[in-house]
Amino acid sequence: MIIPEIAFYLFSVVAIASAFMVVAARNPVHSVLFLILTFFNAAGLFVLLGAEFLAMILVIVYVGAVAVLFLFVVMMLDINFVELRQGFLQYMPVGVAIGIVLLIELVFVLGTWVIVPEAKVFAEAPPPANVTNTHALGQILYTEYVYLFQAAGLVLLVAMVGAIVLTLRTREGVRRQSAFAQTHRRREDAIEIKKVLPGQGA
Amino acid sequence: MVSFWDGYLWPGIVIVAQCVALIVPLLIAVAYLTLFERKVMAAMMLRRGPNVVGAFGLLQPFADGLKFLVKETVIPAGANKVVFLIAPMLTFVLAMIAWAVIPVSAGVVLSDINVGVLYLFAISSLGVYGIIMAGWASNSRYAFLGALRSSAQMVSYEVSMGFIIITVLLCVGSLNMSKIVEAQRDLWFAIPLFPMFVIFFISTLAETNRHPFDLPEAESELVAGYQIEYSAFAFALFMLGEYANMILMSAFTAILFLGGWLPPLDIAPFNWIPGFVWFAIKIVILLFVFIWVRATLPRYRYDQLMRIGWKFFLPLSLLWVVLTASAIVAFGWYPSKA
Repeated sequence: MIIPEIAFYLFSVVAIASAFMVVAARNPVHSVLFLILTFFNAAGLFVLLGAEFLAMILVIVYVGAVAVLFLFVVMMLDINFVELRQGFLQYMPVGVAIGIVLLIELVFVLGTWVIVPEAKVFAEAPPPANVTNTHALGQILYTEYVYLFQAAGLVLLVAMVGAIVLTLRTREGVRRQSAFAQTHRRREDAIEIKKVLPGQGA
Repeated sequence: MVSFWDGYLWPGIVIVAQCVALIVPLLIAVAYLTLFERKVMAAMMLRRGPNVVGAFGLLQPFADGLKFLVKETVIPAGANKVVFLIAPMLTFVLAMIAWAVIPVSAGVVLSDINVGVLYLFAISSLGVYGIIMAGWASNSRYAFLGALRSSAQMVSYEVSMGFIIITVLLCVGSLNMSKIVEAQRDLWFAIPLFPMFVIFFISTLAETNRHPFDLPEAESELVAGYQIEYSAFAFALFMLGEYANMILMSAFTAILFLGGWLPPLDIAPFNWIPGFVWFAIKIVILLFVFIWVRATLPRYRYDQLMRIGWKFFLPLSLLWVVLTASAIVAFGWYPSKA
């Protein structure tokens, strides 16, 4: 079958090209849009690997929620493009160094399978046939690693509460709507009917 | 070249034919949904609605489409041209590709994937990009405000929709759309999960930017919001995308809660009617409610919209996830292994 290969190269080429454009684009909003395209193609690669659950979660969480907030923030920023490009050469060595370190690490991860033959067993663990991806992940996360999974959730919860505490400011003198009070208001509280005689007034 | 024909060309032709067989009726349905909306709203407002083009105004959608085609496409000078043009296409394409996993009848589905619900959820969460890109690329204050409102609104309501989907999935035990429908053979989920059905429907109103949550395009304050700079066919693509999304969300609701293609009762006169007819009937009823809501309710204020999403729907749907899961564990109602 040649179709999977075509799909693989399509997703990979677009992912790499758009990842490059994330760095190269002049406009930060374009960068974020290219980042989204990269995520999307990564999800496509996940599907080709047979990890459909991860692919969908990647799209829902990163593309559908996180990147929207990124875009939200970047669009609101008042950026001076000329000023932004000035520091490019100054910061480039740091960026290149980080990139090289990451590259070396990735090479080591993949190289382990070549250098240490025993590690080959971890290279690929195809899920058993008739068990779907979602079932397999659930089995592992909620049985063997349930405490670690819950702990990870707690860490996220603490981070969320922390972020809210840091940014929440209560303003004085804000009149808030109380829907409960509004809907429980009775006619008698608001209206009083008086008989007004002509010539005398209320 | 026999293998080439059998291996690639013929399956390719079949796939394309299947896509066309799905998309053409869908586009016709979108066209007639606009007419349906105008007719129903007219009836509710004691008017006549479109009745000039064709008998009962039946050719009105095509007249509108033609008009959109022959108008001039205006691209504002300050706009970011590429993003400006991609945005309506994205909206339209996303509204179309989501249909790949919708089972129209038993076994009649383009792609019967295991994670169908997640796919649909993912595609619907991407819908916000069309709007936010349009708002930003237009380089206009009103458009941008509409886009910001829309992104906040869609992200907020997705959260409670996610929880409601989880509630249904707990009762099914599978993420496959066909299995969700099959699990409702005895009892539609709208009955045991009735509060979730109502909340889900209201969330779909917010997710499709329909009344009473159409704040992104609130014409009285934002003069149509993110659509303000669009004209001609780019505007038509937004409208097509919006109406296709309405049909999509109605189909999603019908599958999750109203038993998809299943007849209401599995007895003689009902199960003679083919499944896709039942599915269409359910979609049309839900679409009617969409329009009914539009004709009846005033627009929500923005803080009320956020309040109802985060402080009311989210806790309630989370509570129902816990309750459903507890009930399943306590009474041993585990869904049968699929």
